[in-house]
Amino acid sequence: MFPLNDAGMISGLVCGALFGFILENAGFGSPTKLTAQFQLRDWSVFKVMFTAIVVSAIGLYALKALGLMQADAVFVPTALLMASAVGGALVGAGFAVGGYCPGTSVVGLFSGRLDALVFLVGLLLGTVAFAGLYGPAIEAVMALGEVQAGDTVTDAYGVPELAVLGILVAALVAVFYAGSWFERRSAGPVTSEQAVAGASSES
Amino acid sequence: MAVNDGMSVQRVKPFWPPLVAGVALGLVLLLTFVLTGHGLGATGATTRATAWLGLAVAPAATQSNAYLGPMVEGGHPLSSWITWQVVGVAIGAVVAAFMGGRFRVQLDGERSVGAPRRLLTALTGGMLAGFGARVSAGCTSGLGLSGAATLGVAAFVFLGLFFATGLIASRLVKGV
Repeated sequence: MFPLNDAGMISGLVCGALFGFILENAGFGSPTKLTAQFQLRDWSVFKVMFTAIVVSAIGLYALKALGLMQADAVFVPTALLMASAVGGALVGAGFAVGGYCPGTSVVGLFSGRLDALVFLVGLLLGTVAFAGLYGPAIEAVMALGEVQAGDTVTDAYGVPELAVLGILVAALVAVFYAGSWFERRSAGPVTSEQAVAGASSES
Repeated sequence: MAVNDGMSVQRVKPFWPPLVAGVALGLVLLLTFVLTGHGLGATGATTRATAWLGLAVAPAATQSNAYLGPMVEGGHPLSSWITWQVVGVAIGAVVAAFMGGRFRVQLDGERSVGAPRRLLTALTGGMLAGFGARVSAGCTSGLGLSGAATLGVAAFVFLGLFFATGLIASRLVKGV
């Protein structure tokens, strides 16, 4: 019966290495490629993320349906609407300005990018700032808008799991169609040569 | 300034098509859930690194801090699955970059916005993301990607605001 609840070094290294290998091969060590998503020129970030979410969600559903996975043993983030919205907005702004998100900055640094190291220093400073401000006031704001009924879309709003998966698949198809349309009308996806050369003023 | 192509011995290989990378990432995320019961992440490790550095630089302030204090109480703050996972990300990334002929030491963004501005945008962006990821208790990987795979409400709210704010911010500030 899964999950194995393995918290060891080997599973961490293996899962992480596969994660990093895939992110670099997708081009997500390059801030040019990552930020091109927000310029709607290169839809790789949406395409890869949506595909991964759908594949993993369907896999989890199938494993549970087959009785191989304990339904309540998988970690689901608490449905804190205010905290998720504020955090999402700040990480999105940081991504647009800094060119990375936390995970991809590690990929950027280990493909040779020194600006990714500066971003990582910023991450630590941002964490220090949060820790410095942490207290009853910030905790109260973060607790706003908690969905009491449950943490998953199914538990919180009563949408059947299969319907949620269906909506995700439809959204995935829409992202690929819309993305490819935008990519054809613009300079197109950032190539590996452009990414390795570094961001240029004309792009 | 042109890139010195004569220096590169190995050809720069193309990136994987998004569908291929997405399916591979989805399967690795599923494997992570099967092995550990949770998904992939990043800021769990940078937060622990902050606690560890805090303990070295300002031990009293770190121990008494309401957020970092509990993290340095039970053993070494870096001793955690997520630390090994981020070490793994670094290893996987450097292997992929060398295999693809894509490893190049550079200050990316220097040519587009200039070195001083790029250092400032990278630092500011990192600070915003670092602070934000503590508010939401997770980043793009840990909350957005992994949480959405479990159909978590918080993940979809996070991703919606992440993309909306990113779209607006990238029009106001040229970071790279």
